[in-house]
Amino acid sequence: MILGLEFPPISHVVEWPVGPLGINKVVVLMWLSTIIAIGVMWLGGRKKSLVPTGIQNIAESAVDFVEEGIVMQTIGPDGLKFTPFLITLFTFILSCNIWGLVPLAPMPVNARIALPVFMALLVYVIYHTVGVLTQGPITYMKNIMFMPGVPKVMYLLLTPIELVTKFISQPLSMAVRLFANMLAGHLLLVSFAVITAGLLTLGPTLVIFPFSFGLLVFLTTFEVLVAFLQAYIFTILAAVYIADAMHPAH
Amino acid sequence: MLRILAEQDPGELEAGLTAVGRGIVYGGAAIGPGIGIGLVVGNAITAMARQPEAAGMVRTTMFLGIAFTEALALFGFVLAFIISG
Repeated sequence: MILGLEFPPISHVVEWPVGPLGINKVVVLMWLSTIIAIGVMWLGGRKKSLVPTGIQNIAESAVDFVEEGIVMQTIGPDGLKFTPFLITLFTFILSCNIWGLVPLAPMPVNARIALPVFMALLVYVIYHTVGVLTQGPITYMKNIMFMPGVPKVMYLLLTPIELVTKFISQPLSMAVRLFANMLAGHLLLVSFAVITAGLLTLGPTLVIFPFSFGLLVFLTTFEVLVAFLQAYIFTILAAVYIADAMHPAH
Repeated sequence: MLRILAEQDPGELEAGLTAVGRGIVYGGAAIGPGIGIGLVVGNAITAMARQPEAAGMVRTTMFLGIAFTEALALFGFVLAFIISG
């Protein structure tokens, strides 16, 4: 007990009360994120004016950002068929992450590992399917295991590394990167908020209160950047893996 | 002194050692990526200073490099939570 306040055990950050069918706060926020992601794109596409204003502007900036900044930079022109998938990924993950900063429901949905694992598995299935469909299964496995343009001796070292990378490390690291970033940010914000509220009890600790509050404000600002950055990195890594599967030359 | 040590509740020793283990896991995991991200961003700054026209592409690649190296530090962070006493 610190300063007479009772803190629940830290595991309560990761264990929430559960409703029927396992529906809890995280699931409801995920549904709201789905509605936001679909709604922004649908509302933005209804009035097709040449000079976009309002919500059409937001939707078009998002599409332009993903198409020019991610797809064209990594896959190139023949990756444009993946643009809808990557736009969906980006807007959904961004709206999921932003929930961690909203005042009444501060819970980044990606701070529970189920959703990042699901999305990483989805990208994993997609990029292996793209590789098998564009190159044929045997050529695809040959290009993974025996990378062209490398002296044959290096295959002893390179083949296990490439196999583990392509089949285990890439999806696992995508999921854990998103999950751990969101969980770490959430834990930091929760800890500092509780500490700041605890310091409000009058007494000599009141002088620390402005510094703690200032740090909390700074951390919230930093979490906005991290939310956007993690959505961007997940999407660009998905694009890079698809590009690697489509064009095998290293 | 040995009498004091012998009177310890064995559960507390385990909890204490778990805490030490968690600290070591995350502390050790944060050294490499700290140096790594510093190298990536430093070289990106040099590249952007040498050729400002390429700043956009360098910035994109820099973020990609930061994501890869930061993931290793976060593996350690998650592992520190997974380790149970």
